[in-house]
Amino acid sequence: MKIEYDGKVMELDRPILVYKLLEKLSLNRETYLVVVNDRLVTEDHRLLPGDHVRLIRVVSGG
Amino acid sequence: MKCKVCGREAVIKLKAYNTSLCADDFISFFEKRVEETIRKYSLLKNGRPIVAVSGGKDSLTLWYILNKLGVAADGIYVNLGIGEYSLNSLEKVKKMAQRLNRKVYIFDVCEIVGKNIEGIARIMKRVPCSACGMVKRYVMNRVCLDMGYDVVLTGHNLDDEASALFGNLLYWREGYLWKKDLTLEEKDGRLSRKAKPLFLCSERETAAYAIVSRIDYIYEECPLSFDAKSLVYKEVLNRIEEISPGTKIAFVKGYLKMLKKRKAFEEEGDGKGMGVCEVCGYPARGLRCAMCRLMEKSDTSKQIAFIEYNPEEA
Repeated sequence: MKIEYDGKVMELDRPILVYKLLEKLSLNRETYLVVVNDRLVTEDHRLLPGDHVRLIRVVSGG
Repeated sequence: MKCKVCGREAVIKLKAYNTSLCADDFISFFEKRVEETIRKYSLLKNGRPIVAVSGGKDSLTLWYILNKLGVAADGIYVNLGIGEYSLNSLEKVKKMAQRLNRKVYIFDVCEIVGKNIEGIARIMKRVPCSACGMVKRYVMNRVCLDMGYDVVLTGHNLDDEASALFGNLLYWREGYLWKKDLTLEEKDGRLSRKAKPLFLCSERETAAYAIVSRIDYIYEECPLSFDAKSLVYKEVLNRIEEISPGTKIAFVKGYLKMLKKRKAFEEEGDGKGMGVCEVCGYPARGLRCAMCRLMEKSDTSKQIAFIEYNPEEA
């Protein structure tokens, strides 16, 4: 699966739960939303090979 | 995870409210919260509102929701001249104007002042975020009053308020601490009324609403705000929120309660001690307001003016 976050792209070939992925990348669950194949998903969603995953940072400042 | 309302697949878990919701029920939940905030705190007072839009998730969501709730609202956009970022954000704003079929007033700093916001910051000897705030406050006020609107609505959210409150407490900035509120009242016909309908909605909720409502907003962070302290405060508060859900809303609601008690004892308000600019006639803390000082230092021959973008005529 293709995972995009903070301008980076990574590939993962094993299924993984959303919250495990966020933990693996040390990303806060409050700070990121996860969109899989253009659909917002919850943290218990299972990501599968072939999925297009976008981790969207929700924090803006200034 | 299932939706607590209808049992369908949930798209979001809201730990602070101990619930999980599907897309449709989340949209209803969010819109109801905004509607209740507007009603409970009398944010509109039956006036004609205008929304300050930046192309980001908060302001575009607010603009979209208001019109969806039947509150006809136009927009104000300040083009800061920050390269690709400003071009993209203006495009998002125009796209939303077309979707809503509402007008947007555009103030182009490069056209009027002759410099982009970085150049303005250098002239004013301020950091870009501070210069941006000054220009936006002036433009919002002018458009609202000059074009006959009654209230400027901004997309400030729970995280904006919690982080500002956190920063003010960390440094005990008493002068700023008690100025945060859901509304800022109109003063003498020179300072427009302002209100923040997303005050009690978190950034995560607002972004989720924008995503499920297919609101096309600019995802990139402003390139000039990368080292803004507010971003650090937000990260710290989100780490606390992750461990202890509901902390941010308790923090901000607690502040509002304290503010109410304080107001009962003191008569205090923005605009106190504020004079009138001898050039433009709008509020100033001195003979001339910061915007007129900027125009003078910029050697521009232009006058303050706004481009009116009307989707019906585009």
